[in-house]
Amino acid sequence: MSKEKDIVLKLKDVQVYFPVQAGIFKRTVAHVKAVDGVNLNIYRGEVLGLAGESGCGKTTLGKAILRLVEPTAGEIIYNSTEKEETELRGLSKKAMDPFRKKLQIIFQDPHSSLNPAFTIFGSLEEPLKKYGVKKRSKRREIIGDLLEAVNMRREYMDRYPHEFSGGQRQRIGIARALCIEPEVIICDEAVSALDVSIQAQVLQLLMKLKKEKNLTYLFITHDLSVTEYICDRIAVMYLGRLVELCKSEELYANTLHPYTEALLSAIPVADLDKKTKRIILEGDVPSPVNPPSGCPFHPRCPKAKDICKSKVPPLKRYSINGNDHYASCHLIDLPEAV
Amino acid sequence: MSIQKDIALSVKNLKTYFYTNNRCNKAVNGVSFEIKKGKTLCIVGESGCGKSVTAATIMQLLPTLSRIEEGEIIFYKGDEKINIEKLPRNGKEMRNIRGSDIAMIFQDPMTALNPVYTVGFQIGENLKYHTDLNKKEIREKTISLLRDMGIPLPEKRVDEYPHSYSGGMRQRAMIAMAMACNPKILIADEPTTALDVTIQAQIFELMAKLKKDYDTAIMLITHDMGVVAELADNVAVMYMGNIVESGSVGDVLRRPTHPYTKALLDSVPVLGRGKDQNIQPIKGSTPDPYDRPIGCQFAPRCNWADHSCELMPEISNVTSTHEVRCHKYKEIFQY
Repeated sequence: MSKEKDIVLKLKDVQVYFPVQAGIFKRTVAHVKAVDGVNLNIYRGEVLGLAGESGCGKTTLGKAILRLVEPTAGEIIYNSTEKEETELRGLSKKAMDPFRKKLQIIFQDPHSSLNPAFTIFGSLEEPLKKYGVKKRSKRREIIGDLLEAVNMRREYMDRYPHEFSGGQRQRIGIARALCIEPEVIICDEAVSALDVSIQAQVLQLLMKLKKEKNLTYLFITHDLSVTEYICDRIAVMYLGRLVELCKSEELYANTLHPYTEALLSAIPVADLDKKTKRIILEGDVPSPVNPPSGCPFHPRCPKAKDICKSKVPPLKRYSINGNDHYASCHLIDLPEAV
Repeated sequence: MSIQKDIALSVKNLKTYFYTNNRCNKAVNGVSFEIKKGKTLCIVGESGCGKSVTAATIMQLLPTLSRIEEGEIIFYKGDEKINIEKLPRNGKEMRNIRGSDIAMIFQDPMTALNPVYTVGFQIGENLKYHTDLNKKEIREKTISLLRDMGIPLPEKRVDEYPHSYSGGMRQRAMIAMAMACNPKILIADEPTTALDVTIQAQIFELMAKLKKDYDTAIMLITHDMGVVAELADNVAVMYMGNIVESGSVGDVLRRPTHPYTKALLDSVPVLGRGKDQNIQPIKGSTPDPYDRPIGCQFAPRCNWADHSCELMPEISNVTSTHEVRCHKYKEIFQY
């Protein structure tokens, strides 16, 4: 692509390994390779979808960016609006603070992510206090405005979380993420726990806020119909690795990786005129403690050949209709883009 | 009334109320439907609409603070007609039906399986009480059930505990348990909500096979319209304890006539329609069950509502197979 786009987060070969300990001395016997070498650029102002089945490492990757779990290796580079690059991994707790202001997260479960003993104001004022809004009246004003921005009444700030429904709580979660004006918000399954009618409300709210505040979202979800609707680009993960990354329209029109193909075909579509042939995958996702040799998908892949068993396919760049399309599969019969 | 051959279970004007803190929650408030042999009835609705309570009522698995207030649940066993609602909850007859004639698959296989017994034992229990097989035959049957469900190495897996099974395998073990006595009716309460889509596709494949091979009637509870389009023959849409629209899957999905069904279909993004879809959230939220609107339950969130909706609408027939509970259905149908 000719126009150089503004990268806000650059992930280079990020790995997150969790040790498996055993015996009385808690010796480390193996590692759960939750995220195993992910390279990803997040551009300013885009919605990047991160999709995959449970256990593929998408949530861990989201948390690793915020250093809520410590990445084992790799680089996470944050690029400020002033073009200043900072490596987040390896920063001390204190040095990390100014960047926490830029990167926020919305959690999946609105029932457990709000402290039940605090009023909404109590929960939401914490980050404001931390980031220098000293006057209580000012904090009340900011939080009141935010609650209105997420379509709730100002007075609700003095209530407790149990007084709200799931959809309302999720909107409070959004307000909390927004209250210190971040640049990037990581939405970790932000709408998955909600009823469908409420899910649409929250999705529309997220899109409205993105436009108003020029936000960047990393949208982590397992629901590919939602990603298609709101994301600009989609990254598909399998067993800790990226298997496909491209513009969202491209993913559905020109699927390259057999896993994405199977995943898309497995989604039930609420349209009677659109019956697609379902590809049924055999078995379950393998354990990330000892992933299969070669391509992690080969034991379930209907197209697997001998090469897939021995060699890990690299993430290669292809060009389809002038768009970058990354995929990691040995069997793609396309010229690699230069 | 003569017994109709193809009906497995019929529910007429069923009302189940819960009593807590001196308040009454009318969780199921006058529901009627039929489940036909070899067909799938999907019950769709959001959380709290009473779909799981309907299933629990049929199985008589309600908590003690609840009561079947009114209505009939008729189970057609061969030429016999059994009124389930009249049987004592833990009586002999009910226990005979439960598990052998009507079986249920629960939403969360981790809480539904007992962690301190092997999977094989739990499946075998059904056979022990409902058939006269001996120990050896039970074990053989259990292994063959697990094999049918596509569990690898069933001879070994049968002696393992639920924790060593993955989510998809646990759900398959649950289905094996439910299918152990070849039930006439299988009630599946959100069987795949906790599972990934690729595993969900495996489970649906299995359920379609069971329906074909054993002519089992399936009642599938779900909140996902996509699942309905894939599996259902007939659909009933529930809202706040009532069925608001029912009919064949073509009737309901192609020509939704109740405003709630319409809104529900418009509120989910559909795969393959890209970014230009017009997603319409349903305004407001579901009412508090202790403080219900008068008349039509959906009226406060409905764009079509007017003063006539202060009365509870009766069921009207749009076509012979398509029923709707709305005052305005004629206008909406033409719209």
